[in-house]
Amino acid sequence: MVVDMNQNPNQAADKGLDLRHVSKMFETVKVLDDVSLNVMPGEFFTLLGPSGCGKTTLLRIIAGLEMADAGQVFLGGTEITHLPAIKRHVNTVFQSYALFPHLTIYENVAFGLRARKFPAAEIKKRVEQRLEMLDLSRMARRRPHQLSGGQKQRVALARALVNEPDVLLLDEPMSALDARLRAQVQDDLRRLQRELGRTFILVTHDQAEAMVCSHRVAVMQEGRVVQCGTPEEVYDNPRDSFVAQFLGAANLIPATRVPGGVDTAFGFLALEKEPPWQTGAVAIRPEWIGIGDKQPAVNGIRARVKEIVYRGTNYDLWVEPGPLRVRTSSYRRIDPGRDVWLELSPEELVVLENETA
Amino acid sequence: MKTKPPDSILIWFGELTTRRHLLKRGMLLLMPGMLWLMLFLVLPGLVLVLVSVITRGAYGQLEWVLTLENYRRLAGFSLFGWTADYLMILWRSAVVAFVTTLVSVLLSYPLCFFIAGRPQRTRYLWLTLVIIPFWTNMVIRTYAWFLILSPQMPIARLAAYLGIIAQGAPLYPNAFAVYLGMVSIFLPFVTLPLYASVERLDWSLVEAAKDLYASPVSVFTQAILPQTMPGLSVGIILTFVPAMGVFVVPDLLGGAKYMLVGNLIQQQFGPSRDWPFGAAISMGLMVLTLLGIMVYRRRGKDLETV
Repeated sequence: MVVDMNQNPNQAADKGLDLRHVSKMFETVKVLDDVSLNVMPGEFFTLLGPSGCGKTTLLRIIAGLEMADAGQVFLGGTEITHLPAIKRHVNTVFQSYALFPHLTIYENVAFGLRARKFPAAEIKKRVEQRLEMLDLSRMARRRPHQLSGGQKQRVALARALVNEPDVLLLDEPMSALDARLRAQVQDDLRRLQRELGRTFILVTHDQAEAMVCSHRVAVMQEGRVVQCGTPEEVYDNPRDSFVAQFLGAANLIPATRVPGGVDTAFGFLALEKEPPWQTGAVAIRPEWIGIGDKQPAVNGIRARVKEIVYRGTNYDLWVEPGPLRVRTSSYRRIDPGRDVWLELSPEELVVLENETA
Repeated sequence: MKTKPPDSILIWFGELTTRRHLLKRGMLLLMPGMLWLMLFLVLPGLVLVLVSVITRGAYGQLEWVLTLENYRRLAGFSLFGWTADYLMILWRSAVVAFVTTLVSVLLSYPLCFFIAGRPQRTRYLWLTLVIIPFWTNMVIRTYAWFLILSPQMPIARLAAYLGIIAQGAPLYPNAFAVYLGMVSIFLPFVTLPLYASVERLDWSLVEAAKDLYASPVSVFTQAILPQTMPGLSVGIILTFVPAMGVFVVPDLLGGAKYMLVGNLIQQQFGPSRDWPFGAAISMGLMVLTLLGIMVYRRRGKDLETV
C-alpha cells in the first residue's frame, strides 16, 4: 500500500492511529517529550532510535501497558488514551516473546481468543490457519522451551496476529536472532505485512531493519521524533547530523553560508538551495561522492587516498584532506597514495536544516 | 580371558581423573550426610515403628509384647465399643493445617508483591520485619496473642460491642484464636520462599496476558501462578507438614476442647505415659501428612512448568 505523506492528518485520524502531544516522565526523566505521530491504516511504521530514546515507551503507551502523562492517543477515531491494554484492539510481539512456558504452542496462540470467549470451533479454525501460515503446524503440541529462537518469534507473531488486531506492535522482535536469520525474518515480516494489509508498528535500533520493512520511519532521539518520512526521504534528506549518521554513513562538513553556497574546510562548495542558517553543516553520503582523474566543473576536491577497506559490495576509501569517506564499487580499486579528484556535486550535498552551530 | 575395559580419563573441574576415582570420592563425600540421615531420621523412625507395636505396662513402662492394640485404639476400638474421637482429632488437625496453609498463601501473595514492589533499599527492611517474629519463641508469640485478644483490648471490645462475644470476655479459647495463632506463626514459611519466586517474576508474561485480553483472574492463573509455583510448593510443604503436628498453639489458644493430634501425642508421651499409643498416633500423623503431600503433588503437577 502506497502511503501519501501529504494526506490531511484529520482525515487520517479517523482510521489510523493518531498520537497527539504525548509526553511521559519517569521520575525526573522526560522519556517522551511532546510526540505527535500519525500512522495510517495498513501502514508498516517504524520507530527507529538508539536505546533510551523513548521508542519502547511510546510503543507501550500505544499498547496500553503504560499511560501517557499528557497528550492523547486515538485509534480509528476513538480516543483510547486511558483504556487499559485488555480493552484495546492492539496486540504486541514482545522482545523476549513472553510465551507462556506451561502452555503448548497451540494453547499459546489460542490464548487471546479463549480469553475473549470465542466458540471452540472458531478458535480451532483460526489458530490452525495462523500456525499453517507461519509454518508452525508441526510444532502445535510442543512447548516453548522445545523451540528455536526463530520458531519462538513466529509463535509470538502468530499469537498476536490470530486476534486480528487493528494495530500490531513489534518490540525489537529480531534482537534475539542471529544476523543471518534476522535478514530473512525482515523479508518475511515485510511480505507478511503487505499480504495481510494490517497496520504494523515496529520498534528497532537497527536501521537496516527499518529500511527493509517500513513504509515510513520515525527517527527518535531523547524522547522526540526528529524526523519522519519514507526510508528514501529520511535517507536522502536527513534534517540533522544525528539522522544523517543514524541511517547509513555520512560525511559531515561544518559550513558557513556565503553567496551561492557555503565556505568549508575544503573551500567553497556550491549548493542547490540556500541553507536556512548562517553557520551549520552539510552532509554527503560516501557513495554519492564522484571520483575521477579530471577536475570536475564545480565542487572539485583534490585528495589523496590514505586507506582502502574492502567491504564486499564496495570499497571504502578514506581520503585526505578529510576525514572523508568515499565509497566506490568493488571493481574500482584505488591504491593508497594515489591522488584523485573528488566531486561533491551540488545536487548530492544535503543541507542539514536543523543543524545550526 | 576377558580384560576389564580401561576406565576412561576425563577432566572434572580442571582436574584430570577417572570415573571410578570420582565415584569413590563421591561416596566418601556422601558419607557424613548419609550418617546424619541414618542417625536422626531413619533410626528414630524405626524406633517409633517398633514402639508403636509393643505394649504399655501397668506403670507406663514398655513391655516387649508385640501387639496391634495401639492401632486398634487409634482407629477408635476400645473396651466400650467404637468411637470416632481419635480419627476426628486427626481429621480436625488436617483441616486446621489445610486452612492455615491456605490462609497463609492467600496473605503471602499480596505481601510478597508489596515487598517486591518497594525500592531496592527498603525491600530488605520489609523482609526483616517478616523474619523478626521468626526469632521469637513460639510460646512467647502465642502468649502475645492472649494479650492482644484479652477483654481490655480493642479487638475483644469491638467483638463484644457487635454481640459476637459476651461483655468483658476474651476472644479465646476458640477456633478463631487458634487460626490466628497458627497463621501468624506459619506466614513467614510461605512468604519467604514465595518472595524468592515473586522477586524473579518475568513481568513480560503478565503484560502478554493483559495484552491478550486476559481477565485479572486468568492473569494470575496463567502468568503469575505457574511462575511462582516453585516457591509456593516449598512454602506449602513447609507450612502444612509442621502445622499438622503443632501442639503449643491449640493447647494455649484453643483450650482443652480444641484438641489437635499434636496435643494428643504430647499427652501420650507426657502425662499419660503411654508411649506405644503415642507412637501409633505419630505413625498415623505421618501417614496422613504423606498422603496430603501426595495429593498436593498429584494436583500440582498440572500447574508446574516443565
